[in-house]
Amino acid sequence: MNDMTPTREQRSAALEGMGCKRKRVEDIRFTQGKGNYVDDVKLPGMLHGDFVRSPHPHARVKRIDDSEALKVPGVLAVITAETLKTVNLAWMPTLAGDVQMVLADGKVLFQNQEVAFVVATDRYAADDGINKVIVEYEPLAPLVDPFKSMDKDAPVLREDLAGKTSGAHGPRKHHNHIFEWTVGDKELTDAAFKKAEVTIKEMISYHRTHPSPLETCQCVCSFDKIKGELTIYGTFQAPHVIRTVVSLIAKLPEQKIHVIAPDIGGGFGNKVGAYPGYICAAVASIVTGKPVKWVEDRIENLTATSFARDYHMTTEIAATKEGKVTGLRVHVLADHGAFDACADPSKWPAGFFNIVTGSYDFPTAHLAVDGVYTNKAPGGVAYRCSFRVTEAAYCIERAMDILAQKLNMDPAELRLKNFIKPEQFPYHSALGWEYDSGDYHTAMRKMMETTGYAALRKEQADKRAAFARGETREIMGLGVSFFTEIVGAGPSKNCDILGIAMFDSCEIRLHPTGAGIARMGTKSQGQGHETTWAQIIATEIGIPADNIMVEEGNTDTAPYGLGTYGSRSTPVAGAAIAMAARKIKAKAQMIAAYRLEVHEDDLEFDIDGFRVKGLPEKFMSMKDICWAAYNSVPPGMEPGLEAVSYYDPPNMTYPFGAYLCVMDIDVDTGVYNVRRFYALDDCGTRINPMIIEGQVHGGLTEAFAIAMGQEIRYDEVGNVVTGSFMDFFMPTAVETPHWETDFTVTPSPHHPIGAKGVGESPNVGGVPAFSNAVNDAFSFLGSTHIQMPHDFWRNWKAAKQLGAVA
Amino acid sequence: MAKTHITMKVNGAEVEGLVEPRTLLVHFIRENLGMTGTHIGCETTHCGACTVDIDGMSVKSCTMFAVQAQGSDIITVEGMANADGTLSALQEGFRMMHGLQCGFCTPGMIMRAHRLLKENASPSEQEIRMGISGNICRCTGYQNIVKAIQYASAKINGVEFREAAE
Repeated sequence: MNDMTPTREQRSAALEGMGCKRKRVEDIRFTQGKGNYVDDVKLPGMLHGDFVRSPHPHARVKRIDDSEALKVPGVLAVITAETLKTVNLAWMPTLAGDVQMVLADGKVLFQNQEVAFVVATDRYAADDGINKVIVEYEPLAPLVDPFKSMDKDAPVLREDLAGKTSGAHGPRKHHNHIFEWTVGDKELTDAAFKKAEVTIKEMISYHRTHPSPLETCQCVCSFDKIKGELTIYGTFQAPHVIRTVVSLIAKLPEQKIHVIAPDIGGGFGNKVGAYPGYICAAVASIVTGKPVKWVEDRIENLTATSFARDYHMTTEIAATKEGKVTGLRVHVLADHGAFDACADPSKWPAGFFNIVTGSYDFPTAHLAVDGVYTNKAPGGVAYRCSFRVTEAAYCIERAMDILAQKLNMDPAELRLKNFIKPEQFPYHSALGWEYDSGDYHTAMRKMMETTGYAALRKEQADKRAAFARGETREIMGLGVSFFTEIVGAGPSKNCDILGIAMFDSCEIRLHPTGAGIARMGTKSQGQGHETTWAQIIATEIGIPADNIMVEEGNTDTAPYGLGTYGSRSTPVAGAAIAMAARKIKAKAQMIAAYRLEVHEDDLEFDIDGFRVKGLPEKFMSMKDICWAAYNSVPPGMEPGLEAVSYYDPPNMTYPFGAYLCVMDIDVDTGVYNVRRFYALDDCGTRINPMIIEGQVHGGLTEAFAIAMGQEIRYDEVGNVVTGSFMDFFMPTAVETPHWETDFTVTPSPHHPIGAKGVGESPNVGGVPAFSNAVNDAFSFLGSTHIQMPHDFWRNWKAAKQLGAVA
Repeated sequence: MAKTHITMKVNGAEVEGLVEPRTLLVHFIRENLGMTGTHIGCETTHCGACTVDIDGMSVKSCTMFAVQAQGSDIITVEGMANADGTLSALQEGFRMMHGLQCGFCTPGMIMRAHRLLKENASPSEQEIRMGISGNICRCTGYQNIVKAIQYASAKINGVEFREAAE
């Protein structure tokens, strides 16, 4: 060996594989304005479509007159429910087993509902046309409060469901009832409460909010009449599912539908579902024979496509005097708006809310969820969380703090006392999940030591005493949150979307020069898949990540996959990558054995090639094996180096973490200051620590927004009052706190590379940390629970109600 | 609607076009000039994705008519790379410090940061945070955007960049 021979460390570093803070390949184009987002797509002769929307939350549509609109220069067509009925598309199925109006069919059920679609030569002409469409409404009584949905005299919202006593998820109790979903052992749980030494009960609301990615939902539909083919460019987190759904509802052969999701400007769950805009643009293209673009504006985005949360959770814990939990009972009232358009796996009407036992060893639990209709926008998407997991984490983490307060125990100590122990994994929860792995005590203690938790509690006690003496008007709160997520949907035994199992896929092809392409069933919206997927391949097969191009989003070229949401990409598609790479590696080993003239069992993989055991100089690099794969494979072997994997995970993954928020609140103004925020995440094996940290920063910022002010609020007559960025809290760099990140590593035992997923953890764990900090700050004044969001005004109001402000 | 003839300089090149008086500058840039790096996120001047540099000021191009830009000198993100095509200090900073994820706010952020560093070549963290507070990012939580701008500031000033201690 001469001096130029790279060391093992150098060879390994050259791959930029797993564990490397590899810089993102996407950034070269994004920093130069050369991304290709949907609104950048411009096809010859392209038209623009835009919606006439309802000003009323609940009204009968008496008449739609488009005659004046059609006289507007540039306006070519006005599509209404009557037009859509001719192609049987006035209504569309939702992912949750309900149906949804595409355009108002006789009635409108929420403010800003789509009523008519104006198609014109450009977006200005479409707007002119909208102003000339006359719609005559007969207003009806609006139903806004979900707690009144099932009143005897509540107005009937869904006349299309008249007489239907059961829905997609079982019996309906009332004309505004959608489903009741129950899990767990009611008898055993009721018994635990009967003999409990201590119980707590609180109605914990998680308010309605919205994912609001910076790029709104949009599409370009182009129907080729000659070929009978429909091409759709769209902001789709799950392009393959969109193609299948379009095929099923539009009765077009699936091979004649081409769905392309180009670069996506953030998703956060907003871009999973199918919206009226997609259907209308497709129909408009079929009607006019020209490509039609639909681009939602921000107000439309906030008020019409996909709210999140709106869960009202009556929560009870039974415990011993010593603080050992003995039972959990939760009833959820779920406000689904006008249509049940939740984007959950089909058999899960409340998603995976039954993760609500959290990180704790509850011997028994019972959960019931009632979904109801109101005159609000449909949705119920998983805004940066696995399905309803953030609601569940908020519910249990808030409730544990309330229990700690009742027992006069430290919330961290109470959690340590009740954690599932490392030796209990795989752990079977009382509500039916099998947790894969975890070491909660270590994570919690690391958080407490790193933050100086005990000293912070001492400082809080001193501050409270000073407050009582009238020496300060500032109160201090410590928000502890220890969350367990359930992500990576999911195993075919319990997860499907419209009957399609929730596997994911990867196809890798290596070319003669030792470079290749990987195509995926997932779709990045900012997660950096083009960077990280190549890192997994680099480590698995020893080809530098720079030599692997990753491609996603084109249903014609990508293998079928269920897309990117619910932190499923790494747990499911990440596994598919490893499995496909291992198929390639196995073939590469046979080629190397043939070329090195040894038995393949005599070879060992060594970073970037195969070496003969005991003969270190006999080595064949993966680069050379790639070349050999195209000219000298063993007799009888097919040439080429290509593999596909469709991965059906055996289980979900269960990332977890320990967060602490330190907050000061001025009682006279309600102004808060997040003095410190520490987030320890355990997402198993870490693929790219730089990207993980970025995901945690982003998720924490969204959690901060939600907990401290971000809300889709309706007034008492059904008007949306937070329908623009003026009213909908969107933190800027000024309000956003500084984030401290940390980690432990507990690999998933069933995942090929041990990775669990991380994108949503910070939102799931962050919201309770902020809310617990506010509640902890006020607790010594006698409050047990203050509802989110905790904006300045509400904080001031709480201080006033608690007598801290005159 | 009657159209008006306008001329302006964009990224150093003279451009012209016929626009309706109501045409927004961002639509003129994206659709007439075909430069789609400038994005639209809210259409109400809140998010800053459409930020461009006009005559030495950061301007949100979704709230300015194209006719108002008559005769002006505009820089968009497409004009930010170095003359030899390599990434500018700011673009490099965003990549090195992981200051972007989905990339949708990035062009507006870079244009705003460009002007900020012209106004103040060595801003403090607080000055950077205040300076970009007209631009919303939904992905990064801003921390790495601040570092990206600090990186660029150091590079422009010819000093070594030291990441702020956590």
